[in-house]
Amino acid sequence: MEQVKCECGHVNPIGTVLCEACGKPLEEVPALLDMRYEGSARRSQTYNKTIIDKIWNFFSSVKVGVWLIVITLVASAIGTIYPQQMYIPPTVSPSEYYEQQYGLLGKWYYALGFHDLYSSWWYMLLIALIGVSLVICSLDRVVPLYRALNNQRVTRNEQFLQRQRLFSRAKVEHDETAFRNVVDKLTKRGYRVREENGNILAEKGRFSRWGPYVNHIGLIIFLIGAMLRFVPGMYVDESMWIREGEIKEIPGTNGKYFLENKKFIFEVYEKEKEKEAFQAAIDRLGSGMMAKNYQTDVVLYERVGPVVAGEEPKLKKIKSFPIRVNEPLKHDHYALYQVDFKLDELKSMSFHFTDKETNKSFGTITVDLIQPEKEYDLGNGYKVQLLSYFPDFYFDENGNPNTRSKVPNNPAFVFKMFAPDRPKGEVSFTAIRQTIEPLGNNKYKMAFANIETRNVSALTVRRDFTLWILGVGGAIFMIGLIQGMYWNHRRIWIQRMDDEVLVAAHTNKNWFGLKKELEGIFNDTPFVMPIDQADKRS
Amino acid sequence: MKEKRFWLRTVILAIMLAAIGYTIYSNVFVEKKAIQVGDSAPDFVLTDLNGNKIQLSDYRGKGVFLNFWGTWCKPCEKEMPYINSQYNVYKNEGVEVIAVNVGEAKVTVQTFVDRFQLTFPVVIDQQDQVMNAYDINPLPTTFLIDKDGKIVDIITGTMTEEDVKKYMERIKP
Repeated sequence: MEQVKCECGHVNPIGTVLCEACGKPLEEVPALLDMRYEGSARRSQTYNKTIIDKIWNFFSSVKVGVWLIVITLVASAIGTIYPQQMYIPPTVSPSEYYEQQYGLLGKWYYALGFHDLYSSWWYMLLIALIGVSLVICSLDRVVPLYRALNNQRVTRNEQFLQRQRLFSRAKVEHDETAFRNVVDKLTKRGYRVREENGNILAEKGRFSRWGPYVNHIGLIIFLIGAMLRFVPGMYVDESMWIREGEIKEIPGTNGKYFLENKKFIFEVYEKEKEKEAFQAAIDRLGSGMMAKNYQTDVVLYERVGPVVAGEEPKLKKIKSFPIRVNEPLKHDHYALYQVDFKLDELKSMSFHFTDKETNKSFGTITVDLIQPEKEYDLGNGYKVQLLSYFPDFYFDENGNPNTRSKVPNNPAFVFKMFAPDRPKGEVSFTAIRQTIEPLGNNKYKMAFANIETRNVSALTVRRDFTLWILGVGGAIFMIGLIQGMYWNHRRIWIQRMDDEVLVAAHTNKNWFGLKKELEGIFNDTPFVMPIDQADKRS
Repeated sequence: MKEKRFWLRTVILAIMLAAIGYTIYSNVFVEKKAIQVGDSAPDFVLTDLNGNKIQLSDYRGKGVFLNFWGTWCKPCEKEMPYINSQYNVYKNEGVEVIAVNVGEAKVTVQTFVDRFQLTFPVVIDQQDQVMNAYDINPLPTTFLIDKDGKIVDIITGTMTEEDVKKYMERIKP
């Protein structure tokens, strides 16, 4: 039922076009044989019974695979029309942004998930279906191809030979020396020669036929690696801002590691400091215009003892390290990369307690802008209370002072100043270049004296256990590609039929190369060089 | 032969389906957060404005309404009075509120607390440790923790007073 017996005696799976053993066409075929997959039965076409078979057969079609790739390509192209979510301003909601900016099309763009294409479920599904198609297409072709190449006999059916693209037929006297000569030449050219009743099958480079399948295995491994990123713990990608002098927990390490920022260094190329040879290049850009180095000098600590979030950690120093661009700090599979910086963030501000009329100062206070004190005592009855602190000050829609964030970008203070002659205190709202006295005229003021600044560095925290899988997948992909590209699978048949000799040759690519090789082999022999029957036709 | 082919195909398809299903599910339908509903709430210790240590594990047996906030965050500001007034009702029924400020200056937080006369403990996460442990983003985020220390729900975005009441009712022991 499921098998077809050829007249040569070989039993083929149903659906086979050319007998695996002798190559006799078992179905109606064109004058020149289609040798792809050796005319073997693609297994999907053979059975179509259960629902599983139907699903299998659907994905077994290369046409389906190509369409999946085309759809993915088109989707990717559409995804470039409007900016992806990560490039729109972070303050606006994407659900409103796309519609406001691009109208109805923008609305649909967002609704269909094109704004975050790589994370949209249907895009992932497309990629996954391409993966499925890859697996099933390969399985359905590699197994029968292997069978056919493994079962091929030396002596072939006449039909098979005369329908090869390269073929000749001529009356040739039997000449053992000439025959041996040809065999020698074939062997020298790297052919493995099989003989059977005076017939020859010479073959080389068969492994090139497995190239595409090796390549697909690499792709599948690559996809598996990409998939593993979503398994918790396999992939960490966090970022942190850290000020000079700060010790902070490194996010993504579950409270295990802490980092201290000793110093952030930003250097530029300056004319005086560089060698003669660089002067022209520096002149072209302008001195000090070209960045030379971004560096954070850090100390890495490990927390000792049990982890309870929020508790003052006991730290053990592991190492000091200068993190520079492309020179990450690596430890325990984590890597910390330099990614951004901010120069001269305000650290503290100093004020003189001043009599507005005489300009006499009664002392100076320094307010830390991250953790200001509540009260500053200057002695002799002079003291300052900090009633409110707005690190990133603005007036909100009700006209009240408020803060935009906890970052001291634009600090403002409400001070209450006490002096021996003002025992109840005077209230003053003090911001940069701005003083408001909400409760009437004051005698004293907090006069701005000085600021201190420091740099802030941004680091990316990364741990990626999938990288080596991607590497292995990529390497196998390349091996498969090379295997299939740079070698050809070539076969030459020489077969005696009565007083005639039939010569046929086949290659999976590079026919020109094969013809050249055949000339070298059959020159000065009684055998007739095969003719390209595809040429004759056109 | 036919049997074998059927099972082989079924197994291969099933493996691929499982891999795809897992990837898409974990990517699209699960929030990419270190912490999920159903997890037990990570323990933490922070100091409140009066200098008292507040440790979450001391609250076993009570429902905990854990709110992360900042003074600049308008929705936080809006829901604070609601939390405060519902706290005064539910504290007698075994529901506690811990408000974790996201590391602002003590003076700033104190001003805010005084302005809204908040009566529940307000702690400041000075080193972002608790923020990291709870993977906070955006503000406000509220964790409903039951008497066994399990996270019952995670709420992001503004709550009405009705919402607050409903949530406290859910974690009442």
